[in-house]
Amino acid sequence: MADLATAFGLVFQPYVLGVILGSAVFGLFVGAIPGLTATMATALLVPVTFFMPPVPAIAAIVTATAMAIFAGDIPGALMRIPGTPASAAYVDEAYAMTRKGQSEVALGAGLVFSVIGGIFGTIVLVTCAPWLADFAIRFSSFEYFWLVVLGLTCAVFITVDSPLKGIVSLLLGLLISAVGLDNPAGHPRFTFGAVELLGSVGLIPMMIGMFAVSEILRFAVTIEGRAERFAQQVGNVLRGMWTLTRRYPGPIMRGSVVGTAIGALPGAGADIAAWISYAMSKKFSKEPEKFGTGHVEGIIESGASNNSALAGAWIPALVFGIPGDSITAIVIGVLYLKNIIPGPMIFVNDVANVYAIFIVFFLANLLMIPLGLLAIRGARQILRLRRDLLMPIILLFCIVGAFAINNTVFAVGVILVFGVFGWLMEENGYPVAPAILGVILGTMLEEHFVTSMIKADGNLLGFFERPIAAVLGVVTLLVWLWPVARLAWSRARA
Amino acid sequence: MKINDAVVGAIIAVLGIVILVHVQGYPTIPGQKYGPALFPGIAAAGFVICGCLLVFRGMRERRAGGRWVAMGAWARSPQHVGNFAAIVAALVFYIVAAETLGFLITSTLLLVGLFLKFGVRLALAAPVALVAAITAHLLFYKLMRVPLPWGVLEPFAW
Repeated sequence: MADLATAFGLVFQPYVLGVILGSAVFGLFVGAIPGLTATMATALLVPVTFFMPPVPAIAAIVTATAMAIFAGDIPGALMRIPGTPASAAYVDEAYAMTRKGQSEVALGAGLVFSVIGGIFGTIVLVTCAPWLADFAIRFSSFEYFWLVVLGLTCAVFITVDSPLKGIVSLLLGLLISAVGLDNPAGHPRFTFGAVELLGSVGLIPMMIGMFAVSEILRFAVTIEGRAERFAQQVGNVLRGMWTLTRRYPGPIMRGSVVGTAIGALPGAGADIAAWISYAMSKKFSKEPEKFGTGHVEGIIESGASNNSALAGAWIPALVFGIPGDSITAIVIGVLYLKNIIPGPMIFVNDVANVYAIFIVFFLANLLMIPLGLLAIRGARQILRLRRDLLMPIILLFCIVGAFAINNTVFAVGVILVFGVFGWLMEENGYPVAPAILGVILGTMLEEHFVTSMIKADGNLLGFFERPIAAVLGVVTLLVWLWPVARLAWSRARA
Repeated sequence: MKINDAVVGAIIAVLGIVILVHVQGYPTIPGQKYGPALFPGIAAAGFVICGCLLVFRGMRERRAGGRWVAMGAWARSPQHVGNFAAIVAALVFYIVAAETLGFLITSTLLLVGLFLKFGVRLALAAPVALVAAITAHLLFYKLMRVPLPWGVLEPFAW
């Protein structure tokens, strides 16, 4: 209880509240501008949060991402361009509603059910994470090894149509994580004699490259004449939302649950949650024929889903240090910088900070209603902003941000290389998420493996000797063998 | 820019082999079975396998009439190719020039160059670039104490 009071004290300070408000506006802005994503918002925020105490730093990221995921709906409904990839699943539906003169309903549903989904996800985070941590506190390197393997497997299989490309992306990430001195043997690997590489590539500049510079490159090759396809003035978006809530309790619930679960799975975040929820909504709807013609049901379910995924992704991130999506991948980096080491012990040593994070989650979602309404009001102005002026300025902030982490120009080279790389990967259908997960989890994987092998005296069967480790190991192997078994089964039947 | 799987696969497979050969030189830890070569070695072996599978897939696609490298529509538009090159050039320019010219001059030039390339009028580009550069400087140098280089402006440092 004393911790909770401390946590409230940590959050309700003018400085922290100011940071929350500022990052909320920043998040709405980034989300509403097509081509800027929530992950990019996080990557750009990191250099700024670098100089803050832990609670405001985390608060800035939580608030900005929640706002950005909602704000992505705004240009989706008004211009048929998703503001972030998380709104792409239902952008046609939302635009169809606007054409029918129902843009208020589309935007209102986006806002209200984002808030409900976000709060649902937060409640699950608040209840599940400490419980899981209580369980995980008994885990040793054997269990962690399997958890990491399971997380990496999940990242490959859930995200892509082509698992082969997912695996290549993952292996690339693992190799990048091997760069430098930071391995159990302390042997410099792949450093090519460069002093800068001894401390590994540098996670934050890499993320800035992959998620921000690559988007700027994508913008550079797609500039068109500015299309002014603008919808009518938007009226009162909250009207009729209560009726919708009572008419669609099932989809709201399902979207929130599915979103939280997908968020918690490593490698999949808000955008995949939205796609899956939209498909589910259509499948279970009583009126599936209305989907695609401007029907609000799918927007409600997937709108709740993508915001609940944000909170869901924090569950494995806080409890195991395994990120649930690319945003929490960056967050884990920030937590380490702030000397808050993710893992079950965080719920023992840093309880006040953890509670503060929970409070910020609630606060950010509640703040979304008034600020979201303002953003919708100001949509016309935000969307009129010239991207030919904005993108170069963002590039400048990428440069300064990367430089600020270690004060070396080397980091600017890193954002260039990974920017081009991220762009090429995206162009060729290689998912970026497994690579990021590989970089973050590679070091952990190796450490847990080597520690386990020292304990078990090099006996690989040691990974199956403890009961929980054995279960996790068997589940992992089953996930791997599943595609093979299915193939064999279909051959046998044919 | 879509690159045929076979090309990517070949590059990955060769890279995998190079890494495999390279890690053979890593030391072993006395009394332990698993040294620093193990993990990069496994990942590199994975690269070789995946690379071969990609080559196989790419050749099949190629026989079906695919191209080795298919450029997007933008590659036929000199303007868009130029835009892409400009972003890369801007970053290289910063890396090369920041230390000598200093942050303010480098970033102002960088922004003006990109603005002009994206079709912004000079009368608008120059003031916006200057204001953006100064804002970034105030924010990071003054507020967050990041030691951005002064370069030739060193005598006027504030």
